[in-house]
Amino acid sequence: MIAEAGLAALWLAAAFSLLQFLAGWMAVAQFVPAGGGEGDHSAGGPPPHPTMGRHESAGHTVSVEEPAPSDVARLVRPIVVAQAVFAGLAFLLLIQLFLRTDLSVELVAANSHSMKPWLYKFAGAWGNHEGSMLLWVTVLAVAGAAVALLERSLNERTLLATLAAQAFIGLGFYAFLLFASNPFRRLVPAPIEGNGLNPLLQDPGLAFHPPTLYFGYVGVSIAFSFAVGALVTRDVGPAFARAMRPWVLAAWIFLTIGITAGSYWAYYELGWGGWWFWDPVENASLMPWLAATALLHSVTVLATRDSLRAWTVMLAVVAFSMSMIGTFLVRSGILTSVHAFAVDPRRGAFILILLALYIGGALTLFGLRVGTVKEGSQFEVVSREGALVLNNLLLTVLLGLVLIGTLYPLVTEAMGVKVSVGPPYFNSAAGPIALLLVLAMAAGPLLRWRRDRLKEALRRLAVPTAIGLIAVTLVLLLAPGIGLLPLLGLILAFAVGAASVAPLWKRNLRRTPLFVWGMVVAHLGIAVSLAGMASESAFTKERLLAARVGDTVAVGPYHVRFAAVEPIAGPNWTAIEATLVATRGGSSFTLHPQSRMFSAPPTETSETAIETVLDGQLYTVLGKSDETGRWQLRLWWKPFVTLIWLGGFLVGLGGFLALVGRVWRAWRSRRRSLEEAWA
Amino acid sequence: MRRGLLWIPLAVFVLLLAVAAFTLRHPADPTIASRLVGKPMPDFALAPSQPGRPGLATADLKRGQPRLVNVFASWCIPCRIEAPVLTMLKERGVPIDAIAVRDRAEDVARFLAENGDPFDRIGDDPRTRVQFALGSSGVPETFLVDGKGIIRLQHIGPIAPQEADELYRAWRSAK
Amino acid sequence: MRRATAGLALAFLLVAAPLAAQPTMPSSPLAFTQLPDPKQEAEAKALMETLRCLVCQGQSIADSNADMAADMRALVRERIQAGEKPEAIRRWLIERYGEYVSYRPPVEPLTWPLWGAPLVLLALGLFLARGRFRKARG
Repeated sequence: MIAEAGLAALWLAAAFSLLQFLAGWMAVAQFVPAGGGEGDHSAGGPPPHPTMGRHESAGHTVSVEEPAPSDVARLVRPIVVAQAVFAGLAFLLLIQLFLRTDLSVELVAANSHSMKPWLYKFAGAWGNHEGSMLLWVTVLAVAGAAVALLERSLNERTLLATLAAQAFIGLGFYAFLLFASNPFRRLVPAPIEGNGLNPLLQDPGLAFHPPTLYFGYVGVSIAFSFAVGALVTRDVGPAFARAMRPWVLAAWIFLTIGITAGSYWAYYELGWGGWWFWDPVENASLMPWLAATALLHSVTVLATRDSLRAWTVMLAVVAFSMSMIGTFLVRSGILTSVHAFAVDPRRGAFILILLALYIGGALTLFGLRVGTVKEGSQFEVVSREGALVLNNLLLTVLLGLVLIGTLYPLVTEAMGVKVSVGPPYFNSAAGPIALLLVLAMAAGPLLRWRRDRLKEALRRLAVPTAIGLIAVTLVLLLAPGIGLLPLLGLILAFAVGAASVAPLWKRNLRRTPLFVWGMVVAHLGIAVSLAGMASESAFTKERLLAARVGDTVAVGPYHVRFAAVEPIAGPNWTAIEATLVATRGGSSFTLHPQSRMFSAPPTETSETAIETVLDGQLYTVLGKSDETGRWQLRLWWKPFVTLIWLGGFLVGLGGFLALVGRVWRAWRSRRRSLEEAWA
Repeated sequence: MRRGLLWIPLAVFVLLLAVAAFTLRHPADPTIASRLVGKPMPDFALAPSQPGRPGLATADLKRGQPRLVNVFASWCIPCRIEAPVLTMLKERGVPIDAIAVRDRAEDVARFLAENGDPFDRIGDDPRTRVQFALGSSGVPETFLVDGKGIIRLQHIGPIAPQEADELYRAWRSAK
Repeated sequence: MRRATAGLALAFLLVAAPLAAQPTMPSSPLAFTQLPDPKQEAEAKALMETLRCLVCQGQSIADSNADMAADMRALVRERIQAGEKPEAIRRWLIERYGEYVSYRPPVEPLTWPLWGAPLVLLALGLFLARGRFRKARG
């Protein structure tokens, strides 16, 4: 019954999505501004009342008198909420099926097992293609409902167009789910036991990393819908940007945290100490993030200076396009990746058609409409807008490089030649550009809006530059042999770290707006992360060896004694566990890396044992034993590697501070204007 | 922004769609073929895997008669599936040599006892060196080497019964 | 599945190796131990990080648990220890497996768009951006 109820809820959600689209379309069509076509007054409804005063800035092109909402328009919000409720219900029911390990449902039988710990039954609901697709539409529906319920400052017509666009996106994915990837399909006869979840996924990371990322991926759809709504209603201006900004921020925060979490998960799960592999699916998560970062900055320029209209709309379209392309790449099987779901080219074709429809449609709309959007005010090269344009440019170039690098093997394969494009390409192509970008990030916040003088700007950068020079000297003195890219990374990390805090100098810290704090923290996070990356790349010490029980090995500042090796058992696995005692100076601690064997499906994994200390991590892995009774040990001393993810977290935190700051400001000013209106 | 430039993103996207659609219709071949097909066998000399039977060296493959070289291992399950096909080819007169990869002599002996033994020579490749030298990326693979030591053909994966005829004909024409 | 090592190529299972179809003989020691000379080991490691594991779902041989990757690591270390240059070893592998085995794509007409992309994109972007600015005053 639960499965059938889930399927029914999904159908209902799809139906509401269709209704939302149609109602939204009709409402927008009826909302013709004064002086345009037919009237828009509701027939036989209550008399129109004046809408709340909206204080738009000069240059906004909405008609002064807001037409009253028609009946259809008033229906849209409830429909949006209903869609979200049913989609959420369907997803909760799927989780329930997994928690009960209902093996009569094909998806559960293929991906779960009755002996799994409950966390992995729960998280296993989205550890597969159909379940994660259902998560996708649920987040899409819930995001739409959030916009419908919480968005107050956007012009009503544009908002309705946005909701209609969101529903239009949803329709395609509902169709995909219902006709090509039904998560609730029954399996008759039900098997006695399920296939089990891949042991690599049996980790708390599964409960955290995919949902966070999906909130990000699908959150960017809101920006896309906003952009489409704005193009349809020709309403691209500062008010639109101010309305869109919190949504972009929210989605971006999730993407940042999701990518950071994924990187750390891969780091401790895969057992060789790598944290980024330029894997196609990793790139597929990085590309929306790059686009969303550019969009975030572009939206601020549009909101405060009424510039970069076309760029902003384009970036919103590109960001979600990258999300969708990522979905396609992971599920179509055309690229080889660790992350790829078990795939079916037919599903790939379906998603490709959706891609063509949505992205092609949006880009066509862009070509047709954006030319009529008048360009805003201009600015000089040396100005904050100029720095933000440079920022957009470099981020887009990075995006383009990652896209080209990821897809190039496909293109050459089509010509009959197999090539591999991996870290050597990405590091040498994207590395320098990323460093340039970090430099721009240091200088940008210190420039004035609209125009600034180069000499004065350089003067403001004097202290960070000095810190950078000191850093160069220190690093070259203390670590003469390090490579160029890590050296540049370290220097820039220090210089940029100083520059990112610079906007706070000479300011009354208690009166500094929260969003400025957010900017500072986020930029500082980038510098911190860069320092971690450079340090890991330059100073990691590795020891790989075959050791006997009782041997002691030196790695970095530690002496590690291989004390013991013994079998142990867990809920659904057995393992050989080693005991390693690490000593440094006076202190010591114990680590227990394991080599685990699962039975369903039969696989062997290695569980790393990591000890985090103030200045880095000791990373230990136990391998197999050889015929002479020695065990493979892999030991790494990674100084300051945790800065990579700490920096990522700071970036997300900065975004959160900025979001709270902006939302609170908007709420406070709305309340103030309400008080004034009723005073 | 000039009108024409506005359509660049759409154009790029359509190009991407075309590439993706093409790749979906013509999925990539996941196997990695050796680049030495058409080139001479690399130089190697492997010790015998089984007592009483010679090992395999490049010189043995240049004696004027085309031969098959089967790269296999006792721990390889598809190798068992192809064993009857190899036996059948041997009965039709095709000389077959073998390279045992990462294997112990006793395991190979057991494999041969259980699955048939169509090989004239079996070389022992305990560290996969010769497998790498041949450009082979897994087991089983079968190479057709002509009388002058040039690799004519590489068959990746177990030889299915329906493929045996083709391989036989290729051997005949390599003379 | 066509062959034993293809078992490793099932989506998801690349690091967690299936227990069936594995060589019973242990790998060569240099697959899991470092070379005694740190400079040589650094060279070997740098090379291994750019060579692709042929039976995995997109990993370098430095990051893979697969047996073939282990054998290839041993091959690389042996040859570096014997004094061979990393580029020569890469060439040798490419001669046998094609460009697929190297994560650094070659620079040849087929990949000029790839290697030229950074400059082309930058130039294109600068060209598009120059319309944004107005002339500086004074």
